[in-house]
Amino acid sequence: MATSYLPLLVLLIVATGFGGIALGLPMLLGPSRANKQKLEPYESGIIPFADARRRFPVKYYLVAMLFILFDIEVIFLYPWAAVMRQLRDNYSMLFAIVPVGFFLLILILGLIYEWRKGALDWE
Amino acid sequence: MSANLNVSVILPELILVGFAMLVMILDMVGTDERPTGRTLLPWLALVGVAVAGLVCIQQYSQPAASFQGGAVSDHFALGLRLIILVATGLGILLSASYIPRINKQVGEYYALLLLCAAGMTMMGAATDLMVVFVALEILSLALYILCGLNRESPRSSEASMKYFLLGAFSSAFFVYGAALIYGAAGSTQYDEIAKALAGGNSNLALLYPGIALLLVGFGFKVSLVPFHMWTPDVYQGAPTPVTAFMSVGTKAAAFAAFIRVLVIALPAQQPSWGWALAIMAILTMTLGNLAALRQSSLKRMLAYSSIAHAGYVLVGIVAGTSEGADAALFYLFTYAFMNIGAFAVVIMLEKANEGDALQNRAAGIGQRWPWLALAMAIFMFSLSGVPPLAGFFGKLFVFKAAVDGGWAWLAVIGMLNSAIGAYYYLRVTVSMYFEKPGAETLSQRSTWSALSIGLAVAAIFTVLIGILPGMWTALFTGGLTGLGG
Amino acid sequence: MTLSVLFFVLIGAISLAAAVGVVSSNHPVHSALFLLAHFGTLAILYITLEAQFLAAIQVIIYAGGIVILILFVIMLIGSEKIVNQAEHRTWTPYVGFALGIVLLGGLAISLLQGFTGVEPNAALLQGGSPQAVGLELFTRYILPFELAAVLLLVALLGALLLARRPKLKIEEQ
Repeated sequence: MATSYLPLLVLLIVATGFGGIALGLPMLLGPSRANKQKLEPYESGIIPFADARRRFPVKYYLVAMLFILFDIEVIFLYPWAAVMRQLRDNYSMLFAIVPVGFFLLILILGLIYEWRKGALDWE
Repeated sequence: MSANLNVSVILPELILVGFAMLVMILDMVGTDERPTGRTLLPWLALVGVAVAGLVCIQQYSQPAASFQGGAVSDHFALGLRLIILVATGLGILLSASYIPRINKQVGEYYALLLLCAAGMTMMGAATDLMVVFVALEILSLALYILCGLNRESPRSSEASMKYFLLGAFSSAFFVYGAALIYGAAGSTQYDEIAKALAGGNSNLALLYPGIALLLVGFGFKVSLVPFHMWTPDVYQGAPTPVTAFMSVGTKAAAFAAFIRVLVIALPAQQPSWGWALAIMAILTMTLGNLAALRQSSLKRMLAYSSIAHAGYVLVGIVAGTSEGADAALFYLFTYAFMNIGAFAVVIMLEKANEGDALQNRAAGIGQRWPWLALAMAIFMFSLSGVPPLAGFFGKLFVFKAAVDGGWAWLAVIGMLNSAIGAYYYLRVTVSMYFEKPGAETLSQRSTWSALSIGLAVAAIFTVLIGILPGMWTALFTGGLTGLGG
Repeated sequence: MTLSVLFFVLIGAISLAAAVGVVSSNHPVHSALFLLAHFGTLAILYITLEAQFLAAIQVIIYAGGIVILILFVIMLIGSEKIVNQAEHRTWTPYVGFALGIVLLGGLAISLLQGFTGVEPNAALLQGGSPQAVGLELFTRYILPFELAAVLLLVALLGALLLARRPKLKIEEQ
């Protein structure tokens, strides 16, 4: 079973290998003559005036939390999609749909609620 | 495998979740600028609790199991549901005028309260460690949030943060324990665990650490010593209606799940967990009572007193008998009225926007506010176990169960502890009636109708259960029928 | 057989190194990236254990969600380098080490005894493919599944209650 993931592994190796080569080769072969202008973040842009790592407003965090919630919801639908036909054949169409329908109903109401409450507005 | 989906087993939970969704829908009708219909939210939530309660009573004589042994609705589950619904109903009455003052988002508040109640009642019905875990997470997560409701108050945020960190930690203990028991027994379903362990071919190196971790996880939730450290800070920092609700609700729910795991899934291991529980019961009662003696804040005093009461309940379940389970549940039923009542008085005594009341706020209120003082006196006498109030019979049955189970000495320690406890409860009563009103004494009282109703209901039931205990014990007998899945 | 053991050792070593990187790195962003590497390698290990669904969860939820959330937290509180604050409590590493030894001992005892626990029924051992998980989830564990929706709703309400400022307040400011 695990051998069917071999292409995935090869892809992983190729991808990291390509990235490594693309970064490594110029470092080895290319000439490196740095001066002040070349090391600026933007060679002909606005001069940076503060550290890029500033504190972000909590608003972003709300979005991130909501993202995780619906991420988790999706992961529950994944096995359902895989066995939905099987559930229909083994039990009944109702049994395949109603429990997931109830699950989704609760979360869709949650989605409408947060929408209506303005949690998705970006001022 | 045929799937058993007898939804009526979890009908009360479904009703609570349904009403939580109705609360959200009603809340959506208004906007923040024009909060149409939001004053109706507490009453809608209250109707939900009442409907769920009626369904419970209607289902009382038809125990059933469902969801492949995941949940049952035996007398024990229904009894716990009644306790939780009482706590929720009183909690809503206490919140009605309190919550809008500290947070405008009342829609979220009542929805969370109902969902939390659904998680709590599920704890009593669950007969599978998986179900218990998810229910435990529902109620815990909701309570972490409710504790931090007052975002203007650093104390409230601190309570929420502290409760969350320690609570998440304890959930990890619980789930690790559940995993080890699954490893030892090959199932998470209680009857199957008991069957597998009775065979005697289980891995003890997995089983005993598993039980120990489960004890730690539940110990955190019901604040048993030595896992009680969070209780005073969280109870003090949380908004008082939330404290009242959680002090009863969490305790009842976690104890119910605890009793069911121990008595149904792990009866063969009683000689080992019995001793662990007995030691924890002694520590919990003694430390809770001794610490409560030294408190000047009423909320902290009640927090330590709630620790002590967890110890009394534990005395009942040490023997692992069905009688003990009934006694513990009855104790929690009486505790719901007297403890929430006491918190209702604290709300009355609170200064606006302070979130807490010192004991000197109550000094001399016997002359100024005779009804309020009378109610507080009833709750204090009942909490200390003076007959013929509800608290006396709660203690009586719990200690009787311990004696019948062969733990007479533990019951004696429990009685000695009641004597210590009486001191600080009576001190409040004495200061209400025999001290002159001081500068700090409550001087004006706003007319909060819902709160007054909650207070009156709690006081009346505390007396009523005390006068007619037989009528109520009938609700809590023969609880654990242990229906097979 | 030996090839799969070699593979396990290799991935396990990377995973372990990444885990050490999480706790030893001074910069919180580096810690988060090490965590990402750790989650990725764990997902590969799950696949070798025939737990494909768990691997998918590991990638979608943990690598894709939790790490992002952690990065958001770092952005919220600022990502200055952490000065080693644990230094003045010199006993913590020793206690941690001792507890680790105890845990290792406990695991060793229970493994050396031989796994004598009751084997779960055959239906549970079909492997961790989404189909196998789905069949169990939607029959036997349907109640926890529905409760999970309630749990998610609680979390959603909590996010609204604690992280959202009601519109009124913003207009006042």
